[in-house]
Amino acid sequence: MTSQPITEQVVYQRPEALSDVNTHYCPGCTHGVAHRLVAEVIDEMNLRDKAIGVAPVGCSVFMYNYMDFDFVVAAHGRAPAMATGIKRCLPDRFVLTYQGDGDLASIGMAEIVHAATRGENISVIFINNSNYGMTGGQMAPTTLPGQKTTSSPLGRDVEQQGFPIRVSEMLAKLDGASYIVRRSLHDPKNIRQAKKAIRTAFETQVRGLGFSMVELLSICPTNWNLTPVDSMTWLEDHMIPYYPVGDYKVHPAVAEMKI
Amino acid sequence: MPPKGRIEVKEIICKGCGLCVDACPQHVIILAEDRINAKGYHPAELSLDGCTGCGICAIICPEAAITVYRQVAPAKENQ
Ligand SMILES: Cc1ncc(C[n+]2csc(CCOP(=O)(O)OP(=O)(O)O)c2C)c(N)n1
Ligand code: SF4
Ligand code: SF4
Repeated sequence: MTSQPITEQVVYQRPEALSDVNTHYCPGCTHGVAHRLVAEVIDEMNLRDKAIGVAPVGCSVFMYNYMDFDFVVAAHGRAPAMATGIKRCLPDRFVLTYQGDGDLASIGMAEIVHAATRGENISVIFINNSNYGMTGGQMAPTTLPGQKTTSSPLGRDVEQQGFPIRVSEMLAKLDGASYIVRRSLHDPKNIRQAKKAIRTAFETQVRGLGFSMVELLSICPTNWNLTPVDSMTWLEDHMIPYYPVGDYKVHPAVAEMKI
Repeated sequence: MPPKGRIEVKEIICKGCGLCVDACPQHVIILAEDRINAKGYHPAELSLDGCTGCGICAIICPEAAITVYRQVAPAKENQ
């Protein structure tokens, strides 16, 4: 045959579920990595025609511009309530929310807890970057003890402001939740594991097994006043000890799934 | 011999964040000093031979700006 002596294979290319546009995220922000992983899993599971995303209020409010499938935006924190309505009306569609820690763990705490305890058959991607990114780096429920933010300039004082909330550990206690895990986006190995968890969460919904959430530890270089590379190190050194990566609830039916 | 690869960076969406530069195990990615893209960032590019096409840069890139290729030698018996 006249084949070339050496051929090339594509090892990686941009997922189709990601629109061909520039995002508004700051350089290095791992919202972009989380978006990419969601898009890759949507492609792999062939869900693009069935998927409906619910975007939050926060830096990822424009997610509908970046994903090439149906999207709506909820009022601040209300994405799980909106997703509940969509999923109950259109049970054949695949419904996910994507929420920051200000959105999910402060103003939207009631919605997420009740969606989880009802065992709504939706999937939640929860971005924990330990502050309110969009509004200028204020303290969030996830801000670490002693962490300086624009609204805790002397560092979070747990006597005054209480302790950070470990959302995954808390929701895992609810009988309605089926799959609750925490992963991190600070290096390639952890990013690969995050993708696997997103796949498991999405499969949980597709197989009708109920509520799934993947918490992703994420960087906010702009408000942390660090370079993207230094932010990754800061995440590993400071966030992982307080927010250990792990599986907090895996329902036996989810554990049995063959993917 | 290690496999040979190469990357293509979609310059208009690269933000010069440097995460791929830091992650590349072969240290063959740099930010191009000599030019900026429409947004004002120095885009990433391959600087040296030695890319193995491992894809690690693409795994960390927040912009999905990198396409990774790897050479495949034809199977010997296949001629
Ligand atoms: C009802 C309401 N209250 C407050 C705000 C202001 N606000 C906009 S984004 C945001 C916090 C977002 O932080 P987070 O969810 O952590 O997302 P990030 O920007 O860090 O991704 C707040 C308080 C709003 N838009 N609506
Ligand atoms: S402010 Fe923080 S969370 Fe928002 S885009 Fe910038 S780095 Fe990302
Ligand atoms: S990781 Fe992506 S956006 Fe950042 S410098 Fe490399 S190619 Fe550009």
